[in-house]
Amino acid sequence: MTSIRTLHLAAELAPGPEGPPVTSAARTVALARLAEAAGLDFLTHDDSFARPGLDALAVLARVAPETRSIGLVPTVTTTHTEPFHVQAAVATLDWVSRGRAGWRIAVSPTGAEARLFGRRPVPPAAELWQEAGEVAEVARKLWDSWEDDAEIRDVATGRFVDRRKLHHVNFQGSTFSVKGPSIVPRPPQGNPVTVVDATRPAARETAAHHADVVLIRAGSAEEAAGLRAELHRAARAHGRDPGQLRVLLSATVDLDTYEGGPGALAELIAGWHGGGAVDGFHLVPAVPERDLARFAADTVTRLRDRGLLRTAYEGTTLRDHLGLVRPAGQYATTGAGA
Amino acid sequence: MSTPPARKRIHLAAHFPGVNSTTVWSDPRSGSQIDFSSFEHLARTAERGLFDFFFLAEGLRLREHNGRIHDLDVVGRPESITVLNALAAVTDRLGLAGTVNATFNEPYELARRLASLDHLSAGRAAWNVVTSSDAFTGENFRRGGYLDRADRYTRAAEFLATARELWDSWTPDGRPRPFAHDGPQFGIEGEFTVPRSPQGHPVVIQAGDSAEGREFAASAADVIFTRHSTLEAGREFYADVKGRLARYGREPGDLKIMPGVTYVLGDTDAEAQEEAAEIRRLQVSPQNAILALEQIWGRDLSGYDPDGPLPDVDPDPDSALVQGRVRVADPVAVARKWRALSEAKGLSIRQTVIESAGRQSFVGSPATVAAALEEFVATDAADGFILVPHLTPGGLDDFVDRVVPLLQERGVFRTEYAGTTLRAHLGLPEPVWKG
Ligand SMILES: Cc1cc2nc3c(=O)[nH]c(=O)nc-3n(C[C@H](O)[C@H](O)[C@H](O)COP(=O)(O)O)c2cc1C
Repeated sequence: MTSIRTLHLAAELAPGPEGPPVTSAARTVALARLAEAAGLDFLTHDDSFARPGLDALAVLARVAPETRSIGLVPTVTTTHTEPFHVQAAVATLDWVSRGRAGWRIAVSPTGAEARLFGRRPVPPAAELWQEAGEVAEVARKLWDSWEDDAEIRDVATGRFVDRRKLHHVNFQGSTFSVKGPSIVPRPPQGNPVTVVDATRPAARETAAHHADVVLIRAGSAEEAAGLRAELHRAARAHGRDPGQLRVLLSATVDLDTYEGGPGALAELIAGWHGGGAVDGFHLVPAVPERDLARFAADTVTRLRDRGLLRTAYEGTTLRDHLGLVRPAGQYATTGAGA
Repeated sequence: MSTPPARKRIHLAAHFPGVNSTTVWSDPRSGSQIDFSSFEHLARTAERGLFDFFFLAEGLRLREHNGRIHDLDVVGRPESITVLNALAAVTDRLGLAGTVNATFNEPYELARRLASLDHLSAGRAAWNVVTSSDAFTGENFRRGGYLDRADRYTRAAEFLATARELWDSWTPDGRPRPFAHDGPQFGIEGEFTVPRSPQGHPVVIQAGDSAEGREFAASAADVIFTRHSTLEAGREFYADVKGRLARYGREPGDLKIMPGVTYVLGDTDAEAQEEAAEIRRLQVSPQNAILALEQIWGRDLSGYDPDGPLPDVDPDPDSALVQGRVRVADPVAVARKWRALSEAKGLSIRQTVIESAGRQSFVGSPATVAAALEEFVATDAADGFILVPHLTPGGLDDFVDRVVPLLQERGVFRTEYAGTTLRAHLGLPEPVWKG
């Protein structure tokens, strides 16, 4: 039983870019509950300053109290935003969801987006992704800037925190600097899950260096396996354990036109996963209301019948679902908190 | 008996306990300042009490004292707008107000986040525009640096005006139109991604006391959060600010004055006074007494005995000892006052701090407190109150259970929510759409 590698499934929530933006919470909550009943690891919600719709992190914060287990991963752009605010918002999403937050790092590559801010022209994509990597790095430092046991409430000495367990991060990046510490205590997962969509080559290096979950696209199982192996190699080159990296194939799913329907999709997922090409799938439903419902009703049932998919959540955090360890804080003094 | 004239209604808001010594953490009933359950508890209590809104403060750098992180008070808060979006899921009518700095944000992004909150809460969002900024806080941001007093409000005013242009950029019937803003502070253009939100514009709160701050509020805010919480100071402030409205073509009712206030209840007035004294003792620990003194004196006074006399030396007016707090305007005068108090009553350092710094605004039986609140509003010292409990998360329970019913009996507080939006609760007009 346990020798079967866990299959990780995730789905995109945002409506397609055509059509009027969704502004009410009810639709998103209903979809999230559907995905949760199906036992998916997490939901992504796409976003950009140029696409119609609400702020994705806001939407998923609104969803958090109405779900219990499913991971919540909004897209967050790192180009025109303040790294300090961004990390605080992601940490807060982790607090309000009790350990279910991630963020999908994105860049804002267009001149149109730059003009919404009027602060600087857009640098080339490579520089944007380098900056995104620096934002990921400083976010981790800031999440770690409070040690887990910094709050002591010691009445005898009148101290609420042990200030030795709060750390200035003194980060100096190529386009910004941050002093720290964060204003938010270390979130429940220690570090919320970092997702990078590496379907574009410019993002691949940042993904290998910083991501816990990498999204790829591939036309065949062989191509996917090759990309996964390449990401593992690159992660190792950064001193990382590839066992702590999940590679999911991102695929648009239109169950109206999919040859063979939900059953054939279950076959394909089981086949690619069983062959070791990927750790799981990230579904981008063409029409979320329709395709997510069908996927949950049919495809998920078949995958469960094969013993590939959980029938109930065992853990409570997104890291639990993904089989990722809760990282020790990088400033934690050895022996502290023991 | 003839029918009494219609009484001025009171507006109420609940402030989540802050990161200063007002919040007592040593009490065994004190819960987490960061778990979502604490926010949910206080927000649900406020909604049970039919409050106008729930309020979150903000601080963008942890306070430091003498070059080290301040460790005596509650510290560590979540990011406001994210918490408010989550609270929108567990409340139905309660307004949701977040403090967000205008110096360390950009109009496009913040206008979008606030409009998103207004949609996701179905018309309950409010933004407390603060401008406090210094190089110390700036060290956490790309923009870094420092804006001096006058420039802070120049930026805040243009920031808010720009946000309003973005909120108005969609037509009420749901068509997006491009915007372009070209001003001294911001030059931006494009298309706003969020349709016009249920309130049109989120409610705007201002918290600042300088002449520039008051003028900014009179020109552009819906609510002022003020520190003037005594009858005399309240009436003076109220008259001053309401007097500034006509210049902007606004009516007195268009801007609500809400002081931040503390309170202590007891079965009798005497019992409440006793409890209030005990709370002040808890708020001013021996360590906090020395710290309070250092904040005035601007000097390292760690060698002084909190149970001993006040220092003989004078304050250092140019001190950089304290970072991340609002500055004491005239430390020499405060020191003189404290010395006089200590000498007159023979008080130690800690007793002096307890005596002078920690007075609660309303202390008494529920009936006494209800009467006092009504008097404030009836005599134009305020339009309502932002209540600051001293305990997280249960500090508002007794107020809602015991004082709210009395205010309702007196006919000065709602017995149900009449509308669904925060604007409706506050009796504010819909913002005029500027096409
Ligand atoms: C009642 C009150 C509450 C405030 N709350 C905050 C806050 O939560 N965060 C913040 O950065 N500044 C806060 N401020 C500071 C103000 O925004 C403002 O920057 C400060 O009062 C100085 O402005 P002024 O010169 O107009 O008084 C508050 C001020 C007042 C009076």
